[in-house]
Amino acid sequence: MTTLRITTERPQPPALPPVDMSTSLGALVLPHPVLTASGCAASGRELDPFCDVTAIGAVVTKSVMLKARSGRATPRMAETPSGMLNGIGLQGPGIDAFLDTDLAWLRERGARAVVSIAGTAVEDYAKLAQRLRHAEGVGAVEVNISCPNVEDRGQVFACDPAAASAVVSAVRRATAPGVPVLAKLSPDVTDIVAVARACVDAGASGLSLINTLLGLVIDTTTLRPVLAGTTGGLSGPAIRPVALRCVWQVHAALPDVPLLGMGGILSGDDAMQFVLAGARAVSVGTAVFHDPSAPARVGRELHAALAAAGFERLVDAVGYAHRGPDHPDVPGGSDGAVGADETAATPDEGEAGDPHGDAPAGAPSAEQVEAGW
Amino acid sequence: MGAIQVSGEVLSNRKVGDYHVLTLVAPGIAESARPGHFVTLGVGGEDTALLLRRAFSIYRVQDRGVYGGTVDLVIADAGPGTAWLTRCRTHDAVDIVGPLGRPFTLPRDPVTVTLVGGGYGSAPLFALAELLRRRGCRVDFVLGAASEPRLFGTLEAKRLATQVAITTEDGTAGERGRVTDVLPDMLARSGSDVVYACGPMPMLAAVTRQATAAGAHVQCAVEESMACGIGVCMTCVLPVVGNGGVTRMLRSCVDGPVFAGDRVRWADVGTVPADTYGAPEAVVAR
Repeated sequence: MTTLRITTERPQPPALPPVDMSTSLGALVLPHPVLTASGCAASGRELDPFCDVTAIGAVVTKSVMLKARSGRATPRMAETPSGMLNGIGLQGPGIDAFLDTDLAWLRERGARAVVSIAGTAVEDYAKLAQRLRHAEGVGAVEVNISCPNVEDRGQVFACDPAAASAVVSAVRRATAPGVPVLAKLSPDVTDIVAVARACVDAGASGLSLINTLLGLVIDTTTLRPVLAGTTGGLSGPAIRPVALRCVWQVHAALPDVPLLGMGGILSGDDAMQFVLAGARAVSVGTAVFHDPSAPARVGRELHAALAAAGFERLVDAVGYAHRGPDHPDVPGGSDGAVGADETAATPDEGEAGDPHGDAPAGAPSAEQVEAGW
Repeated sequence: MGAIQVSGEVLSNRKVGDYHVLTLVAPGIAESARPGHFVTLGVGGEDTALLLRRAFSIYRVQDRGVYGGTVDLVIADAGPGTAWLTRCRTHDAVDIVGPLGRPFTLPRDPVTVTLVGGGYGSAPLFALAELLRRRGCRVDFVLGAASEPRLFGTLEAKRLATQVAITTEDGTAGERGRVTDVLPDMLARSGSDVVYACGPMPMLAAVTRQATAAGAHVQCAVEESMACGIGVCMTCVLPVVGNGGVTRMLRSCVDGPVFAGDRVRWADVGTVPADTYGAPEAVVAR
């Protein structure tokens, strides 16, 4: 009988307390808070065998431009410590082929789609938004403004609040009122809040934070930059603290603006940090190159992390870390897991003789505060 | 069929010349793999700072056995990720995705074929040779490397082939020189209809030239640096002429790694030729 049990019963993962994982980015309602990131999942089709694209929040498609683009020469990629540098040059099929094949596939597959658009002039963005207005299955438009503006000597839109504002307002005007417009901001600015504010004032329904950081790798054998395009965008866990800081600053300044957080998220714990900093949803990008099932896995792990911290709804955790340590409102039945680094750990660590387990909820002891230093 | 992601396990790790042959338990991957397919491995363990997977063409598969399906890969220690793999021990866990890419296309008829391998690029050619032999093809091998320890599979080649030529650049085994120093003669003698090649890009370019001149159809498995291996990152592209004569930047991972040699613009690899679809770039963007 024992043998029979062993062969028929698989070890079940410990049942998690239910957590309402649904969230929203403006009018875009998401049953699940983890999305892909633009440029890291193509248009979902290649990822689908490894990660059911209908089960995640949405597929954020690779930035599409008006015309087909060959992209840059190779090498296009360099691995860096806990990250990578890429200079793809926005290779893509152009908006016509995108609508006919990529978006059509997502629609038939039943996946939610956030369509990322990129251009080199304000007019490009407006035209792209108009094309999307007449397409079915556009859950939201993400505006990739980390592109050089040919009308302003190649100055990147995202680095200039006025240029960013011009693009966003053009896209907002051209987009159906019920479809959210998300502006994707670059961290390569002195004051990200100023750009965020400019985009929101221009009509952005939400903000995607962050795009890659501009970086460089030199090959000491060839004595030349590794990438054919010299510089490239740095992504991966190496940039996570920068991304988290950006989400934190923007949420602190604009608490009502929905934020889609991203930058080096590899695990549910990483995603949890973005939520606590103020993100209503997160994108998993470079992690897909490491683990093609990452978006689904991060979702499961985020669920576990939220449950372990005592949250019953994801939305209750959004921006939670902004509350001071003395804030009385601690989520239901938590045993001190929220509010202290040392105890906001994985559930198994929390159960296995947590030395701080008897600390009062939400109030770290002196010992914990010391441990944090 | 189709690629899957599995948590694999190292069954054995043995040194062969300058390389390591890693046998991994990879249930579900071995069963659907065809010669020319590749797999990607996560490297560095759970908390690794090496984010990108490493791609390896499949050397051998055992689709059933005591341990379930296994795949054999040939690893050259060429950096921190591959070094980690060469240090793996029996029972170590390795995340595996595969089988990926487009495999070699097989001739319908029992034709004469020549297989050309540079260094450990020869890895996928032995399973291919067996398949071709079963179809009644005559199989010749040309294997070359910089030096004897960097040759891979010469004994297997001798067992499988009608004729085998070995070259090393330093003369430590076979004839001194490169595969392309002996290939034209081999092709002339055998009258090969098809040439299959795998190795460094300059070798593939030269082999394509010689084989095409000899009137043979050429299939090349290319080595391009990849980030994802599944077609989402657009890193591993090269200029390939499609039907209708239009050049496109195709992904080695999903449109290859096997390409018809005469379709690849070898001289332009690493560039975007001006007549490529979507070129020239109006602006630079990231």
